[in-house]
Amino acid sequence: MPYDYRPFPYITPPGLTGPEPRHPVAIIGAGPIGLALAIDLATKGVGSVVLDDNNVVSFGSRAICWAKRTLEIFDRLGVGERMLAKGVTWRVGRLFHGADEVYAFDLLPEDGHKYPAFINLQQYYVEEYLIDRARDFPDLIDLRFKNAVTDHQDRGDHVALTVETPDGSYQLEAQYCVACDGAGSPTRKRMGLGFDGQTFDEHFLIADVEMDDSPFGTDTPERWFWFEPPFHNGQSALLHRQPDNIYRIDLQLGPDTDPKAEATEEKVIPRIRAMVGDRPFRLDWMSVYKFRCAKLDQFVHGRMIFAGDSAHVVSPFGARGGNGGIQDVDNLGWKLARVVQGQSDASLLDSYDQERRQCCDENILNSSRATNFMTPKSPIEALFRQEVLRLAHDMPFARRLINSGRLSMPGSLAGLPLQTDADTPVRPGGAMPDAPLGDAWLIDVVQSRFCLLGFGDVVLPDVDGLARIGVGQGAQNYPVYQDIDGFATERYGTGMAYLFRPDGHVAAAFRAPDADSVREALRRACGELEREYANGS
Amino acid sequence: MDHDNLGADGDAVYAALMATHEGLNEAESHALNARLVLMMANQIGDADVLEKLFLAARSYRESTPQ
Repeated sequence: MPYDYRPFPYITPPGLTGPEPRHPVAIIGAGPIGLALAIDLATKGVGSVVLDDNNVVSFGSRAICWAKRTLEIFDRLGVGERMLAKGVTWRVGRLFHGADEVYAFDLLPEDGHKYPAFINLQQYYVEEYLIDRARDFPDLIDLRFKNAVTDHQDRGDHVALTVETPDGSYQLEAQYCVACDGAGSPTRKRMGLGFDGQTFDEHFLIADVEMDDSPFGTDTPERWFWFEPPFHNGQSALLHRQPDNIYRIDLQLGPDTDPKAEATEEKVIPRIRAMVGDRPFRLDWMSVYKFRCAKLDQFVHGRMIFAGDSAHVVSPFGARGGNGGIQDVDNLGWKLARVVQGQSDASLLDSYDQERRQCCDENILNSSRATNFMTPKSPIEALFRQEVLRLAHDMPFARRLINSGRLSMPGSLAGLPLQTDADTPVRPGGAMPDAPLGDAWLIDVVQSRFCLLGFGDVVLPDVDGLARIGVGQGAQNYPVYQDIDGFATERYGTGMAYLFRPDGHVAAAFRAPDADSVREALRRACGELEREYANGS
Repeated sequence: MDHDNLGADGDAVYAALMATHEGLNEAESHALNARLVLMMANQIGDADVLEKLFLAARSYRESTPQ
């Protein structure tokens, strides 16, 4: 069954009849990034108004591959379990060169994690679940469909937006405005900001096909990738399964392609037929696209903040677009909440810019390398790739060189100013590894606030503004969980304390935590020390 | 890189390399060389050393007489 694109109701906004009170945060765009941010802020008690020019979820499956770290963030936001239940969890990947299978891999799930390495789930489901979740916060999230932002002005102490609706236009004020308005961001264009990077000339066809009979020949979902596929005269092909018997097909079409002529059923159906044989199928969605890797020089411009594709775009190989955007939200949410609530100085937002740009550079690097492998630019590049593929049949090192996308891993913030470095099993800056704690999960008990965790025999000092949790300790005057299967100790060590940020990244680690050093690490993690250095005090 | 690692085996190694290419046409030889570079890179296994080798090999292009 095709997805039912139900329109969301347009409600006449109060601003049309009189001035509205200033909103804490205005979010432009009700895609996955804007909605996730609104929910993150709401869980911290910060209200926002979400303005979207449209009134339906995203058309077509678009972002489908959600990585473990992203699912852990979605878990914190309250939609992770629903995504996992609906999504396709796949493990087996096969790589073909021509008709020959070069190798297969089985991502045996590592025990002791709530979420798998990744799931496939269409973007429209993710948006639907996020909208349902946003409705749990009627007093804090004001969703406005068919409210197109046409202009804005940063007035120093607030932002003024002009919003166009079917009933006319109105003005709206917010302390901060976050542009989550996608790769073609009208906000970015209005501000005339440079968006530089590498453009690739290759065209790709992306198609969703509904098919009852699995092309994998097994009920187990797999990921198949071909270089020089026998059924298609292009360089590569990808086959991936989504829920509802929908298959994602990606075919590389080459640089000299007329995208309009290619994006027609007459052209697309025979291409799919060549791939799936005589299995009956229904074409659900298609798009012919080129892509680029680009980013803004700065994600924060005064009271205007960029997150997701409006700030950075990557090629789709490696699933770093949607996943990267959700990690932006994870990093920005708690900082923006602290600033709006007056707990931190606005300079804390500079760390969002610095931390996420570093992760963005890593995403762009990985994505560009995959794209370069997939689109050799010269005869010698093509030759090397050919020989890598030939060697890969026999030699494990060559298998590792084959690059059809390196799957998104959480970016590390190690060495950046909010972290207090330490030589511990999890280095400060890293995203928290999950572990089971009896009936609970580490990601459940740690995320969403500053938190000091003691593993094994370590005494946790009582520091203002800091929750304490013990793992594998005797009774304390704070919650203690037992590490029954030993996963937590294996991953974090024992006799050690970790300071976690609200986004689940490790800010500091201690072998013998005392109140002063923990307090200082906490102040550093909130940007207070950095600010004092900057002010010369 | 300034060090001579082959020493007395140099002649034999050179001859063996030529023999490896014997009977191949130019395209086949290029492909063989590409495989060799990849396999040797894996054998060396040190990204810094390899980077130096890449730069040293590339530097000849600029100094080749026209």
